[in-house]
Amino acid sequence: MIRPDAPVLLEIRDLEARVEDKAILKGVNLTVRAGEIHAVMGRNGSGKSTLSKVLAGHPAYTVTAGSVTYRGDNLLELDPEQRARIGVFLGFQYPVEIPGVSNLEFLRVATNARRAEQGHEELDTFAFEDLVRERLQVVQMDPAFLERSVNEGFSGGEKKRNEILQMALLDPLVAILDETDSGLDIDALRIVAGGVNQLANADNATLLITHYQRLLDAITPDYVHVMAAGRILRTGGKELALELEQRGYDWVDQELAALEAAQTRTPAEVA
Amino acid sequence: MGASLAAPAGRASAWLTPWLAQLPPPAGELAAVQQRGRRALAEQPLPSAREEAWRFTDLSLLAQLPLQLASSAAPLPTLPPAEPDVLRLHLDGCGDPLAGLDLPDGLQPLSAAELAQGLGHTLAATGCEHHWPVELNHATAGRVLALRVASRARVRLELVSTQPAALLPLRVLLVLEEKAQLELSQVLLAQQAGLTSLVLEAHLARSARLEHGLVALGHPDAALLGQIALEQEPESAVALTSVSAGWGLARLEPRLLQVDGQAQSTLRGLQLVDDHQIADTHSHVQFGGPEGQLDQLHKAVAAGQGRSVFNGAVRVPRAAQRTNAAQLSRNLLLSDRARIDTKPELEIVADDVKCAHGATVSSLQTDELFYLQSRGIDADQAAGLLKRAFCEEVLRQLPTPARSSCPLERLLLEAR
Repeated sequence: MIRPDAPVLLEIRDLEARVEDKAILKGVNLTVRAGEIHAVMGRNGSGKSTLSKVLAGHPAYTVTAGSVTYRGDNLLELDPEQRARIGVFLGFQYPVEIPGVSNLEFLRVATNARRAEQGHEELDTFAFEDLVRERLQVVQMDPAFLERSVNEGFSGGEKKRNEILQMALLDPLVAILDETDSGLDIDALRIVAGGVNQLANADNATLLITHYQRLLDAITPDYVHVMAAGRILRTGGKELALELEQRGYDWVDQELAALEAAQTRTPAEVA
Repeated sequence: MGASLAAPAGRASAWLTPWLAQLPPPAGELAAVQQRGRRALAEQPLPSAREEAWRFTDLSLLAQLPLQLASSAAPLPTLPPAEPDVLRLHLDGCGDPLAGLDLPDGLQPLSAAELAQGLGHTLAATGCEHHWPVELNHATAGRVLALRVASRARVRLELVSTQPAALLPLRVLLVLEEKAQLELSQVLLAQQAGLTSLVLEAHLARSARLEHGLVALGHPDAALLGQIALEQEPESAVALTSVSAGWGLARLEPRLLQVDGQAQSTLRGLQLVDDHQIADTHSHVQFGGPEGQLDQLHKAVAAGQGRSVFNGAVRVPRAAQRTNAAQLSRNLLLSDRARIDTKPELEIVADDVKCAHGATVSSLQTDELFYLQSRGIDADQAAGLLKRAFCEEVLRQLPTPARSSCPLERLLLEAR
């Protein structure tokens, strides 16, 4: 839902980032307002996942230039946990298995960390169980998964459902879902997409990072961005995703080559 | 208290002679054993770092501790009430732990004749009767808790000890008759400088089962020397789970002998070290016949400048065909200055056996930490959850009374 007067939740300006010595993001610009659903598409290696990890504060990535503000505040100076508490959520492409940590306890500790930030009271074990059982319905998840260790032995689909369950509990304002559709069969995709649709509202925003149109058949984006070589090359409406589906990414390579040629020309040549 | 395990040690064993001289004269049911032990200590040098088995664990540190014999019992900590079918005994090295108690059906004290016959039998069979820590216990222990679990009986026992600012020698002898079952929870606590010396031996007749959970929570200026010797007849099963944390120096030596093979042994160990603490487990499993099984997992968490040592010996002689043994050492290294030394020591002569072993040393996984942090859990709490998860695999094997005397939070606090 596009409302030009809706408050800006996330503002990314000229963002550059590297992992180890490799520059990956080379000037990303993106404005996300409340109520919007953005899809970020692009080939492997285009920087989509790096963007999501930089926004969540993964320690392996270093921001070398640019800025990210979240509701007007500098997001980049915050620790990952602070970002999560104020409402930035990253749904992992590969949710991490943590043997020995109970899923239920993990969800409770995380939910209470977010609630404390929101000024809500901490939920005790019983109150939390009520809440979690209600939210399980968002992703049609079996309560038995609460008793297991975090993601341990979960199938691909179960892990992604667990991610959306966490999103349902943490009530984020900006949810970044990194290839949430990867490794899902048709039914699991429908359930996960249904969960995301249920949670999207006029006050929050969703950033879907995906390769495929099929997720966007189930979740209609307001904007589609195409990333290549560490920046957003083109932005359009949902029809851009359909165009990508039909034409592939070859035209992206051509546009990118033209852009890079323009940038590597010397000032004398330009003159 | 001037005693400290971190203080520089004096000459290795100069303290031993005067210390032996000041011990009260041998007395009581163990007088003869005391005499032999003292003679051995006077003749046998203190183990030094030149010996492979003591390469990393320096016993000269003991000289810094108050080692006079405990003359009165240390006050007991507040423990959760014992479960109704669990017999809780206080082993304090002074009083008779059985005084005024009605023992449950199937549990009897050994007679003097049985004691004379059985005491030291398993220590000798497992080859440790002359080990220095055993001689130290022999030289000082004035009592032995000697019990028999009758054939087909099922008994749940809990032994609780608190170390005073002194030497606390604990001596236990258990005889499990055919098909007897014993759940033994043992809690050793130290909250001040001193030394806890434990020697426990148990003999399991055919088809007997022993589930032993040892929880030892120490003090940075306290030392623990523990020897657990178990002898298994065929078709018996032993599950020994030991957890130690917080000791300036802890050395545990579980030694198992499957007399004729065909028995099941499960060993689970967890040791936590921080600051300048040392925890050292030397396990030794010997198969005396075919078709024996061993399942061993040893875990360690080393923080600060702590040092964890694990040496897992498994002996499979020619007679032990079709042995199936697996040993795994998993270690979590939480600081640049902590040390892990882990070594499997498999001696396999039989040719038709399965013997697996492995060791891993790692720090907390960045991806796991980040995953938790990305859900609003702060870095310290995330590290705590992961540490606890690492320990949980062993902790959940403890029998309930041992586990409830050892709340996880307390354990992790000790090992902070």
